[in-house]
Amino acid sequence: MTTAATETAKAPKTSRDWDMAAIAPFIALALLLVLGYFANPNFVSVANILNVITRSAFIAIIALGATYVISSGGLDLSVGSMVAFVASLMILFLNAAPIADPMMLLIAGMLLALLLGAACGLFNGLITTVGRIEPFIATLGTMGIYRGLTTWLSQGGAITLRDRELQALYRPVYFGDIFGVPVPIVAIFVTAAIAAFVLYRTRYGRHVIAVGSNEDVARYSGISVRKVRTIAYIIQGLCVAVAVLLYVPRLGSTSATTGILWELQAITAVVVGGTALRGGVGRIWGTVCGAFILEIVGNIMLLSNFVSEYLIGAIQGAIIIIAMLVQRSLMRRS
Amino acid sequence: MRRRTFGLAAAALAASVAVGPSLGWAQEEKKVTIGVSIPAADHGWTAGVVFHAERVAKLLMEEHPGLNVIVKTSADPASQANAVQDLAVQNIDALVILPTDPDQLVNAIQQVKDAGKFVALVDRAPSVNDNTIRDLYVAGNNPALGRVAGQYIAKTTPDAEVVVIRGLPIPIDQQRQDGFDEGIKGSNVKVLERQYGNWNRDDAFRVMQDYLTKYPKIDVVWAQDDDMLVGVLEAIQQANRSDIQYVVGGAGSKDMVKRVMDGDKMVPVDVLYPPAMVATAMQLTAANFYDQVPVSGEYILDATLVTKDNAEQFYFQDSPF
Repeated sequence: MTTAATETAKAPKTSRDWDMAAIAPFIALALLLVLGYFANPNFVSVANILNVITRSAFIAIIALGATYVISSGGLDLSVGSMVAFVASLMILFLNAAPIADPMMLLIAGMLLALLLGAACGLFNGLITTVGRIEPFIATLGTMGIYRGLTTWLSQGGAITLRDRELQALYRPVYFGDIFGVPVPIVAIFVTAAIAAFVLYRTRYGRHVIAVGSNEDVARYSGISVRKVRTIAYIIQGLCVAVAVLLYVPRLGSTSATTGILWELQAITAVVVGGTALRGGVGRIWGTVCGAFILEIVGNIMLLSNFVSEYLIGAIQGAIIIIAMLVQRSLMRRS
Repeated sequence: MRRRTFGLAAAALAASVAVGPSLGWAQEEKKVTIGVSIPAADHGWTAGVVFHAERVAKLLMEEHPGLNVIVKTSADPASQANAVQDLAVQNIDALVILPTDPDQLVNAIQQVKDAGKFVALVDRAPSVNDNTIRDLYVAGNNPALGRVAGQYIAKTTPDAEVVVIRGLPIPIDQQRQDGFDEGIKGSNVKVLERQYGNWNRDDAFRVMQDYLTKYPKIDVVWAQDDDMLVGVLEAIQQANRSDIQYVVGGAGSKDMVKRVMDGDKMVPVDVLYPPAMVATAMQLTAANFYDQVPVSGEYILDATLVTKDNAEQFYFQDSPF
């Protein structure tokens, strides 16, 4: 990926030099939008598009973190449980209300969520790097831990933000908008811009890709592989926390089933976006696009009249595979 | 309940003043052990089951000094089978069980039954559900849960256009749907669409948002589950739509019963599928030993329509569900 980038920088740009792999997800997205229009003209209404993109915010932001973990050669299965765990602790903190001023309390709660997310990520990172356990197994373990702790905290039921006033204060973070653009959409693009800057423009970003493409070579060139991977997990934790900041104001409550299977959706978004599951390639904007694709596929299914409710899962799966095939064929041509 | 505390007070009084009350206290010394095996609290409804089992265990033991109730929770069928065996070796006289998966637990239950113990089965029945495997069967009524909701909608808004959010593709969900269709039969109620919400708030939110995009006019939403109703209400509020007259859930969670109690226009009723049914089975089992009343057979609870008038009776402030 880095070599491709330098080559295109030297030669004058023509359409042939475009990195097809990078734009393939966007082409798939465009095709889906057309398909959606034929399924139901309401699909392209501004309200619907805004709804769908807003809804994809959780997965998109989590998937941005997953892009780091995966392109550095790791994997994190615990993110769905982590959402539930961090969100539950945040609500419990807000309910305990150790600070009288609601605004200060809310800010403290949000900072706490970010801190907890980073700590959960650090925990995952240390187990895989210092503990030298395969990321799949390590995060499968922490997935169980975070989920179990959430179930225990909620006693199996729901944890609900009790203070109505606080809820009203916090609600705009999901339902509000900035110049007509819903806050979660702004959050997606701001987070993605930061993630893209760090991955493409900083030394750490290059180290992530280097570690993911070849661990040994990276180590011989003096990169601390452990440090790079651990930080990638911390970034994942922070992204989960940002998703929590948007999730809590939506329903104002969590339950033992919050965020179930989100880890698979996040990983799918990353891969559909063009990041290689084996590491070494990271595509931030592709990931965002992948998250949109996932949400839009579900939305089209529901809005169309010709798919039986029993078949939705099968068709969703098929569309994702077709999107990947389109992407592959474009890549080969390039 | 007040009667029971009064009874205890009377017992204490009787001990000090030595005036025998007329209730036959001699029998209270009879030693009985009831084992209760239920699923671990992994979502709202099972959390309610655990809450009510523990609540009523305490009540029963207060009422009958000779009675010992052991409540065990298990996360999956395999560990529940072990739990049943553990209970069996503790010399229980009766087993009250809400199986995680009845067909996988048939053998474990059969062993207890063959040892001559009293077995009460709750909510989920194995394929063979007769007196060879249990003495008492207590369950909610899934078809009625759908029927009662359907009838209410047909009666309140006979020309309503309704969207339905289903649970998971499993038999009890289908029973509820069939019951609903039966309930609205003969009226002009029209079901616009049914989609799965997986008994999950976030999924229900998403499905509802899409319904709102797809249909410019929706009169009523039937979500058949109070957890999903949380997501539905949030989606409606966000869309600022005033065409939806009301929504109907089910199960009887405390949040929704509270809204019914407070006269919320969007949530005028709830349909009961109470997790407290495990407590019904425990009470009946205790009655079998202490009150010499016949309790064997099937005890199917109504899917009671919770309205503003009777909501208080079904509201448990301390319950997690």
